[in-house]
Amino acid sequence: MTEPAIEAAALAKRFGRRRDAWALRDCSFRVPAGRVCAVVGPNGAGKSTLLALAAGLLVPTEGTVTVLGTDPAAARPRIGFVDQDKPLYPQLTVAETLRMGADLNPGRWDAGTAHDVVAAGSLDPGKRIRALSGGQRTRVALALALGKRPELLLLDEPMADLDPLARHDLMGVLMGQAAAHGTTIVMSSHVVAELEDSCDHLLLLGGGRVRLAGEIDEVLAAHTRLSAPAGTTLAPHRVVETRTTGRQLSALIRPAGPLPGDWRTCAPSLEELLLSYLRNPEAPSSADTTTEAAA
Amino acid sequence: MVDYRIDRRSGVATYVQIVQQTKQALRLGLLMPGDKLPTAREVVEATAVNPNTVLKAYRELEREGLVEARRGLGTFVRRSLGAAPADSPLRAELEDWAARAREAGLEREDVAALFTAVLDTQFPHRTAEGDPS
Repeated sequence: MTEPAIEAAALAKRFGRRRDAWALRDCSFRVPAGRVCAVVGPNGAGKSTLLALAAGLLVPTEGTVTVLGTDPAAARPRIGFVDQDKPLYPQLTVAETLRMGADLNPGRWDAGTAHDVVAAGSLDPGKRIRALSGGQRTRVALALALGKRPELLLLDEPMADLDPLARHDLMGVLMGQAAAHGTTIVMSSHVVAELEDSCDHLLLLGGGRVRLAGEIDEVLAAHTRLSAPAGTTLAPHRVVETRTTGRQLSALIRPAGPLPGDWRTCAPSLEELLLSYLRNPEAPSSADTTTEAAA
Repeated sequence: MVDYRIDRRSGVATYVQIVQQTKQALRLGLLMPGDKLPTAREVVEATAVNPNTVLKAYRELEREGLVEARRGLGTFVRRSLGAAPADSPLRAELEDWAARAREAGLEREDVAALFTAVLDTQFPHRTAEGDPS
């Protein structure tokens, strides 16, 4: 069995000394190698902190994170990381930026891929970074990260400032890398719809904790959307969200056993599932279930 | 060659869409035995879907004996489906018939209803292949 791309055990990060300044707490999860993992959560959930910890740019306050079988600092030559702010040198041209990528990654640099990503956006190689639009900068930052031919690609809100066409195009490039090289991709995003077809693994964060983690197919299969007469008791099933309209109750649950035959049930879509969890920050997390199962 | 178009709103699982579109291309003779399917990389670069989704669709087609994966070479069509290539005489007759229906003043919905009714009499309930519902 191959080692996981990322494995976190009781991972926590606090900024400053205040007791309530925890950005992440007690996060344990595993992203298997070769997956395309979506990191989802509301603003302030800890997504960026988590990615920066995996990239070795932050040091955990508690717990550990293992990346590609070693600590993040040692794995850094094999990791590509694109920060939300896409830091690049504004005074360099596009061509100079790519040359810098080649110089900084001797022995691994894939000039062809980097060049293709930039060329597909019809970017002038002589243009300076400071003169580029936000979306064009994103393209250069992704070219730099992909040129490194990373085994693990960490992307923090990579598509936020791209138009729909460029977004589809770059997502295609990312999927192509995953198909050709088995690259593990972990990306945070707010655009739930675009994740559904591209990602096969999910990490849902809320309030600095892991609320759901696992293969998207399995997570979806563990939940059921149902409608039943108002006043129906849903125990012992775990209720994520419930709403009563007139005589009808609709709910999203994690069944704890067989369901009564007179409930009308159907499978939720990823978007429905995520929205239900995001609307209900207090809903039970899957972490609770695993703890119980282990006990 | 076949060009997959993924409709996110169709409610049909993405891998099923790829299976269905491949079968459609086989039925219409757009894909023939010996033809190579696009590589997973080509499909995902064009559609931005997860590579495992494409591999799952190809495995399904392989399981049904329609294609075979040759290691290091790609996935190839083994046999075609149905007997109605795009340029068959049957299609020409149907074109003629549709043209006559239009001349007779039938609307698109009338034609569809008529065709479905005849289809149901001649081919009593056999559920469509690959249809998940």
